This record gives sequence, C-alpha cells and structure tokens, in this order.
Amino acid sequence: MARTASLFTADLLLPAAGDSFRKLDPRQLIRNPVMFVTACVAALLTVLLFVGNDTLSLGFKVQLVLWLWLTVLFGTFAEALAEGRGKAQAASLRATKADLTAKRVKGSGTESIAAGALKMGDVVLVETGDLIPADGEVIEGVASVNEAAITGESAPVIREAGGDRSAVTAGTRVISDWVRVRVTVNPGQGFLDRMIALVEGAERQKTPNEIALTILLVGLTIIFLIAVGTIPAFASYAGGAIPIAILAALLITLIPTTIAALLSAIGIAGMDRLVRFNVLAKSGRAVEAAGDIDTLLLDKTGTITVGDRQASEFRAVTGVNVLELAEAALLASLADETPEGRSIVALARARDRFEVTTTELPEGAEVVPFTAQTRISGVKFGATLIQKGAVDSILKANPGIGDTPAAAELRRATDEIARAGMTPLAVAKNGRILGAVALKDVVKAGIRERFGELRRMGIRTVMITGDNPLTAAAIAAEAGVDDFLAQATPEDKLALIRREQACGKLVAMCGDGTNDAPALAQADVGVAMNTGTQAAREAGNMVDLDSDPTKLIEIVGLGKQLLMTRGSLTTFSVANDIAKYFAIIPAMFAVLYPGLSVLNVMGLASPQSAILSAIIFNALIIPALVPLALKGVKYRPIGAGPLLRRNLAIFGLGGVIVPFIGIKAIDMIVTTIGLA
Amino acid sequence: MTWQGWALIVVFVGILLALTKPMGLWLHALYEGRRTPLHVVLGPVERGFYKLAGIDPTVEQSWRRYAVHMLLFNVALLLFTYAILRLQAFLPLNASGMPGIAPDGAFNIATSFTTNTNWQWYSGEVALSNLSQMLGLTIHNFLSAATGIALAFALFRGFARREAGSIGNFWADCTRITLYLLLPICVIYSVYLIAAGVPQTLTQQVAATTMEGARQTISMGPIASQEAIKMLGTNGGGFLNANSAHPFENPDALTNLIQMLSIFAIGFGLTWCFGKTVGNTKQGWAILSAMLVLFLAGVTVTYWQEAAGNPILHQLGVAGGNMEGKEVRFGVAASSLFAVVTTAASCGAVNAMHDSFTALGGMIPLFNIQLGEVVVGGVGAGIYGFLLFAILAVFVAGLMVGRTPEYVGKKIEGREVKLAVLAIAILPLVILGFTAIASVLPAGLAGPLNKGPHGFSEILYAFTSAVGNNGSAFAGITSGTQFYNGMLGVAMWLGRFFVIVPMLAIAGSLAAKKYTPETAGSFPTTGPLWVGLLVGTILILGGLTFLPSLALGPIADHLAMIGGTLS
Repeated sequence: MARTASLFTADLLLPAAGDSFRKLDPRQLIRNPVMFVTACVAALLTVLLFVGNDTLSLGFKVQLVLWLWLTVLFGTFAEALAEGRGKAQAASLRATKADLTAKRVKGSGTESIAAGALKMGDVVLVETGDLIPADGEVIEGVASVNEAAITGESAPVIREAGGDRSAVTAGTRVISDWVRVRVTVNPGQGFLDRMIALVEGAERQKTPNEIALTILLVGLTIIFLIAVGTIPAFASYAGGAIPIAILAALLITLIPTTIAALLSAIGIAGMDRLVRFNVLAKSGRAVEAAGDIDTLLLDKTGTITVGDRQASEFRAVTGVNVLELAEAALLASLADETPEGRSIVALARARDRFEVTTTELPEGAEVVPFTAQTRISGVKFGATLIQKGAVDSILKANPGIGDTPAAAELRRATDEIARAGMTPLAVAKNGRILGAVALKDVVKAGIRERFGELRRMGIRTVMITGDNPLTAAAIAAEAGVDDFLAQATPEDKLALIRREQACGKLVAMCGDGTNDAPALAQADVGVAMNTGTQAAREAGNMVDLDSDPTKLIEIVGLGKQLLMTRGSLTTFSVANDIAKYFAIIPAMFAVLYPGLSVLNVMGLASPQSAILSAIIFNALIIPALVPLALKGVKYRPIGAGPLLRRNLAIFGLGGVIVPFIGIKAIDMIVTTIGLA
Repeated sequence: MTWQGWALIVVFVGILLALTKPMGLWLHALYEGRRTPLHVVLGPVERGFYKLAGIDPTVEQSWRRYAVHMLLFNVALLLFTYAILRLQAFLPLNASGMPGIAPDGAFNIATSFTTNTNWQWYSGEVALSNLSQMLGLTIHNFLSAATGIALAFALFRGFARREAGSIGNFWADCTRITLYLLLPICVIYSVYLIAAGVPQTLTQQVAATTMEGARQTISMGPIASQEAIKMLGTNGGGFLNANSAHPFENPDALTNLIQMLSIFAIGFGLTWCFGKTVGNTKQGWAILSAMLVLFLAGVTVTYWQEAAGNPILHQLGVAGGNMEGKEVRFGVAASSLFAVVTTAASCGAVNAMHDSFTALGGMIPLFNIQLGEVVVGGVGAGIYGFLLFAILAVFVAGLMVGRTPEYVGKKIEGREVKLAVLAIAILPLVILGFTAIASVLPAGLAGPLNKGPHGFSEILYAFTSAVGNNGSAFAGITSGTQFYNGMLGVAMWLGRFFVIVPMLAIAGSLAAKKYTPETAGSFPTTGPLWVGLLVGTILILGGLTFLPSLALGPIADHLAMIGGTLS
C-alpha cells in the first residue's frame, strides 16, 4: 500500500479538480447545508446578472458571482482532494482483489469458482502460490502467508487451524504449504471490501461530533439569514435600498463557509491518517471515541515490556554453590529454545560472572519437555535428573521436600524475586532444591515517558498481566502505569472495562485472542491485532494491521487530532466574522448614513472594493486552510489547559486578526489592479 | 465622570459579591428541598398548599411533564389576569371607577406580566384599579419570578443528576421559592420601603392644593408591596407610569441603591448555587466573572457617554453630562448604573428615561437585552440563558482540546447543540423579524415619535425589550395601539417560552447522561481563559447578529450627534 503522504501532486490535484465540478450536483451538495446555501445564492446572483436591475456595475457583479462560485468550488475541491488520496490507496487494494478464483471443496475434490461467488460457510482449499479468495478461518493445515497486500509487511506469517492464528484475509498469498479455510463473510462484506470502502470515503457516515457541528453551522446560517434578511426592511426605514448582490455578499461572508467547506475533508483525512498508520477503523465514530479515551488497558507483554523475559540472577539456597545452580540451570535449558531458556544459558555462560563452560548436553541425555500439566521441563542423563519450573510445580513434583529448610528458604527467595518485579523459576537436581533463577521483565525504553505524557493528557493507564500481584506491582511501578490488573483472566478484563465505564469513562484496549473478543466488543475502542482470530477482529472496532499493541497510544493521539482540527477551524471560521462585519457594514450603509464610514477601521478604498475584498478573502481562506485540514492540527500532550490556551491564541485570536490583515491586503491589490 | 460615581459602582458590586454566597446557600437549600429555619413557621403553609391542590411534592417529573405543567400554569395565570383586566369595571377595589381594558391591551398586559416582561403601554395610575394591580399583576410578579427560578433549578438538576429520568417537581419548586425566598424578603423589603416614604394604602387618589394654589390629584395605592417584588423578581412593572423615577416608588438615594441591589441579588446567588449543585463553586464564580466583565464594560460605556453629554448642547452653553430625562435626585452615575443594571437583568424598571440617553449610552441597555439578558439576567432566566451560551462555547472551543466537549461532567452532543441553537436563535429571529415588519408597515411606522435613526432605535428597542422579557422602553414610542399591543404580546410570549421549552429539553437530555469525571485532559471551565471564552462567545454568537441594526439605529444616531447634524 502506498504510504507516501505527499499532499499536492499533479496526479491527485487534477482528478480532484474535475471531481469538484461533479460534486456541484445539488443532490450531493445538500449534504452540506452551508455550502448548499452558498451555491443557491451564487445561482441566484448569476440569474440576476441578466435580469437584475440595480445601480451596481456589471463588472463588479460578475466578479462577485465568480467568487461566490469559487467559494463553492473550493469546498468541493477540498473534499475531492481528501477523497482522492483515499482513492489512490483503494485502487491498489482493488487490484489485489481482481480476478480471484477459489478452489471450493466439494465432496472429496475441489471445484473452481469465482471468489465473488463464495458464500459464508463455504470451505476452500488454498495451496502454495494461491491468493486467499475470501476472509475466513483456517480449519485444517498450516501455511505461511504473505500479508503484504494488507499490511505492507513482507515477512510471512504463520496461519494454522485452532488457536489465535487462524484468521486469514482475502488478497493475501499462501507462500508455502496448504490450508483449508472456512469462509466467514458474504461477498462484498469482506475485510478488503470494507477497507476499500473506508479509504474511498464511499461508506463514510457523519460521526456524532460531525453531526452536532453541522447542526451548529446550520443554526448559525439561519441566524445570519435572519440578520441579513431583515436589512432591506431596516434600510427602507432609513429611506434607501441595498442591492441584492451586496446583501448576498454579506450573507456568504457571515455564514461559516470556511469550516463547512473543510468539514468533510477533515473527517476523511482523519480516517486516512489512521489508514496510513496501518490501522483500520470500522467507523468514524471509533476514531472520535479514541480522542475521548479516559482509560487505556495495556497488555504487559509486548506493550510495556519487551516480549521476552531475561534471566538476570541465580539464587542458590544455603549449602549449594551458585555455580552448581548455574550449571544445572544451563543443562536444563540447553534444549529449551524459548527466549527465556536461551537467556538462562547466556547468563550461566556470562564472562566474569559464572563462566560455565558446558556447551552441550552429555551423551544419551534425555530432554523432559515442558507440558501444561507438569509445568516443568528438564533433562535426564544417567542417574541425574534436573528439573526447572514454577516453584509450586517443583515442590509438587518432588513430594517430601516441601517441609525442608531449603524449601522454606526457596519460598523466601522467590517472594523477594517477585517483589522486585521478576519471575522466579525453581531448579532441582535429583529431588534436591538448588535454588531459583530470576527472570526479569525488561520494560521498554521510553515507555515511562509515554505514560507520563498520557497522564498529562488525562488518560489513566492500566497494565493487564497474568503475573502474580507482587511481580505486577513491581513492574507497574517501574513502567510508571497508574494501575494494574494482576492474574487477569478475560472475565477480569471485561469486568474492569464495565467498572470503568460505569464511572462514565471511555476505555480502550487491544487484544488478539478469541477470549479477548467480549472485552474488545465492550471497550469503547477495541483494537484487534491483525494476527488475531477472526472473532477478535470482528469484535473490535479497529484492526491494527501491524499487530503492534503499543500503537494504541498513537491511536488516541490521532483521535484527538481529528477533533482538534475540527474545533480549531470552527473557532477560526466563527472568529472571522468580526472583521467581515467591519468590512461590509460601512460599505453597505454608506449610501444611507455616510457617517458610518468611521466603522471602516481597515480603511478600505471604496465600498465596492471592501465588499469584493471580503468575499475574496472568504473564498481564498478555504484553499489556504486545505493543507491544515488534511494534515491536521498538531497534537501536543501538554494537558487540556495549555492546549486550549495555545489553540485559542492561534485560531481564536488569530481568527479575529488574520481577516483584518487579509482583507486589507486584498483590498490594496484589488484597488491597484483596478478590479473595483 | 466623578469619583463619587465610580465609588457608587464599586460599592454596588462589592455589596453584591458579599451577598452572593449567602444568597446562593439559601437558594441551594431550596433547590434540594432542605429544611430551613423558616419551615417552623411556613412549613405548615407549604403542606397546606400541597394538600389543597392535591400535589405530592416528592413526585419527580420528566422534562416534558415539568414543561407541560409549567406552561399550563402560566396559561391559566394569563387567562386569569386577562379576565380581571377586562372585567375590572365590575370588580371591587375600583374607587376611581376605571373602565375595563380593551382586548388587545388586556392581552398585552396579561402576557407582559406572565412572561416576567412587565412592558407597560398604559399608565398604571390612570388605567388600573387597585384590585387589578394587586391581584392581577402583583401575583405575576411573584409567580413569574418563581417560575424563572424553578426553571433554572430544573436545568441545574440536568447538569447535576446522573442517568436520571426526572428534573424535579415544578409545583414544589415554585411553591418553595415563593414561600421561603420571595415572600419573606419582600415583607421586610416592603416595610423598609414604607419607612422610606413609599405609600402603602388602598386610597387611590388624594386631592392636594399646591403652593401656587392649583388643585392637583396625586395618585397612590399599595405601592410598597408591589415595589419590593418588582425589583427582587426582576419584573420591573411600575405601579406608577414614571416607575422608579417617581418619588413614591423610589424616594431617595438609599432606596435607589437598594432597588438596584435587589435586582441583581438573586441572579448573583443563582450563579453560586449552580456551582454548588455541580459540585464545584468555582464553576459558579467563573460564570459570575464573565457576567461581571460584560456588566462593567456596559456600565463604563454608558456612564462615560452620559457624563460626556451632548456636544451640540455644549456648544449652546449647556455644560455637563446628559441630564435630559434623568432625576436630579439620582444624577448621571446612579441613573447610568440603574439603566445598565435593569437591562442586564431583564428587570425593566427605570429611574431615568432611556430614550433620552445619549445614543451610545442608550445603546448599551439595548445591547444588554439583545445579548439575551445573560449578564446576570432575570431571576432564573439569566442563568439558564447564560448556560445555553456556555454549552455553545464549550462545543465550539471544546473540540480544540481533542475531546468530545463536556461541561461540568456532561458531554455536549448533537441534541444539546441543536436545542441550544434553537433557543438562542429565537431572539434574533423575533427581534429582527418583528422590527423589520414594524419598520415597513404604516401601523408600525406610526409608533415612533422621532424620525431618523432614533425612531428606528425606538422600534428596535420595543421589540428587543419584549422578546428579552425586559419591559423597559425607549419611551418615545406610542405603543398602546392594536398593532403594537398584538405584536409585542406575541413577541413576549415567543421570547419567554420558545427559549424555555428547548432549555428544559436540554435539562432532560443532560439529566439522562452519565457523568464524565474531570481529568487533566478535560476542557477547563474555570479560570480566566474560560471567562474570556464565554465573553467572546456571547459577544460573537449573541451580539454580532445585531450589528447591522445597531449601525442603523444608535450608531448612526451617535454619529449624527457628534457630527452636529442631529435635529
């Protein structure tokens, strides 16, 4: 997928320019009431050019009409440009999807069928080199799959039946082995279809905040319609008449055209930013909710700590040489290919510490594999049995040693290890306790600062872990999270989310397993990992294609950015009105009460140039703000108070001042080149 | 401008700030329906009322029910007063033999007092019997004020309650406010006024011989009792035509100060009460600060303009401030302050003629009303109107911190925005719409006594005053015509209840919402930044709409005056 974010390239600008005319279709335009009113006024003035009867010069009126139409066009252009960026991505996605055929399982063989004809429940066979024809669940087999078409990541991933790695996505390619897949969606509703629809903006529905904002804009438009609509009556009292063209100019400058023109572009661009970030939101509502998050539930492993624990210490019980323990632990771990096992080996061999030199298992050694039942692994050679495992498991596996002083000492040592935020493993040799190995969780670099940022944003972080409370507390303290949930089961997670929500808080979490699905569905923002099960992906309202749980933090920032951009441009738009009044009112009433020219604080050259400058400013500010609308107002995690002060200074105060300068500048140009 | 004038303004604000918390505490007790020391005496009376009316005060009402009961109550009161006015010739306490009031006039008066407007096209002393004054009008002075405060309570509950389906009981709110707040204060207040020289008698007229030997009829009546609630309930309808400019209504400088204080007292207290109900009194102080900023700005302009006077008169050798239409007893400062107070607060009582103010001095009262009388505002109406602006301010600027806007723990969403816009749009719609009609129709143009921009200001002021439920006037307008009685009556009704119903709907919608706890990421709604934002929002959303009309009225008027072209 294209991830370049260049804004203004010819291949984007040209189609957008064409689209901006197509969007003048009244049926489309009415979705944006403010722009619809603007278009109606422009149309009215266009007609009045030919039949109107007033004192204004034709040249002036033509210019006015031109700028009114440009105002509308700039609005449709902004939307078309935002959509265009999505369309480019959609096109590349659609290319993947085209011409897929499927091998549907029928009886003992398969039949060839167009992917578009597959229905939910069909079972298809996908072999090496095939593209997966539809979203589904692996029911048989293991295969490595290249998901680059969706994620942009070319390293293959394993997809297998059962467990949390069973979901496959249409358009991805099996690069080795084969799988049977049960199709889980109907045609047109697959992941890829939804993604195409999303990035194209076709399925875009207005989000709650957007609807509320539209209502406000419509309300303001109505209020200004009244304000302008009553002027002819007031003017007639004063014994004069105001030409319709001038009333129209006042109306269009006062109604919030700026924000109305950019509103949908802001929304589309917000979704687009998320897509570029490799996160798919199933609705705009979810993106907005992300900005509102109060509580973040973060899984410890992979998010707060690097995925693998590292052995950091050997603790021998009294009477056992630490070297003996190190060697036993090494032997027990040599065949253990897990990162933990490797780290024990590395620690035991570490120079200037233990320097155990054993590198291979003795001849005829027999490896005792880890099982879920015994929770012990180890090695057996000759008469020697070395066991390694959780403390309780070791004690259980060796009846009679539980009451020895060594066991008591071991328990004390393991408690200490747990309190320090590490996980203890006990090592025993021939039923004799040697001591414990401390496995340390490594907290990710910089994560503490990130949590500090979140705290300043008013977001509480809760660490979710399967560890015991002692270990969890220590890691929580080290990482700087606000709270933790230890020995968490999926039910605990769900209960925690409900509890937070009952206090009026919005909760975000991420998860990948099927047992995460209820919690993902319950959370206000549930980010499913793309590597997760279909159930998890269905339950969440966002999917992270990179399957990186840390991204939750950035997602919150993106949600906030979307809301901020909308708010800032609204404030700017509304604040603009002050200057526009001061430009147009004196010009408009100059014939009635010449004295009102004192209100012409900008010293605009003539009534006509004043009106023209205001309308030109009003039109040009739209394209001028398009880059900001598409890129978004920068979010800084500095807390709401300072953020408000900053944005209010830029967009509120700026919104008051900028048009005074802008209108004056345009007036000087307009006068110089003799347009008015 | 003199130091004494500024001292008056400072003392005035100082006393009010001292009164804010005690008044707020008392209001909060009534809001919660708590027992007060007065219950010992008045408790049985309250329960007696409920028993008589068959009301269970503990039954909670949804916003719809609250609104329907409130509306029925007000319609019934309106019809009651309409009947009294129409039939006053046949009713007792009519020693001077006043005839019944014509339908359009009676409609206007009944609407005017029901809506807490107290616009008066008539002169009380030559049109109304004592019965009409006492039963027909004073009853509204209490109940329209109580209604306003009850409605404010209903909105407070919307903010304060969590996931609730109800916003209180209208009858209980109304009864408690009348019984434990308005009546006790008014009893003491009236006694003070009587002591200060305000008449309280059923005698309607006294014949006197003046020093020149001429015979003069002096009107009087039960003035003190009506005067107290006229101020405290921000009603403003005078017993006498000259209102608080008349020595019988407002005898001296001290009564003048106390009258001004009593206009604002409840409004100030309600801001504190609001803060208390939402669990943070700073929220109340923030609102009050925003109100004070707007108020003091208004006072400064009016006082400055009135003290500066009219340059045309200066050229003619008449030095000093503008004393036309002002009582010498009060002077420029106390008159300017009174004018700004009475229009800021939707009271409408006057101690000077606003029509005779300088153009800009008189524009401030006009602008105060156009803002929706949210600068302290009428009892109850001011704070609920202000909270509508607060909702919009939070919504416009709140997104800028990157969250769905929330105010005192309640998320502001589409429904609230829609209703708030609806409530706020009614003001410009009716004020500008009706003014436009009046400024083209012959019946409307017949009203103003002045030509040019000042005449336009008179029409604009009349409709502004009616829609804003203020009741004061640029008196140079003949408004007792069928056209104006009808139009203004409708305007008053729209301005009151077309704001109230959406406001109550907001209360209902907010009450049903969850509470969102405040975090470091929440939009801060206390402190100077928020105060500034509120002021800006009110000026831009509430005020800018009126700029064209102000330009054609007072501003053009002012320019003509300083240009020396004023006739």
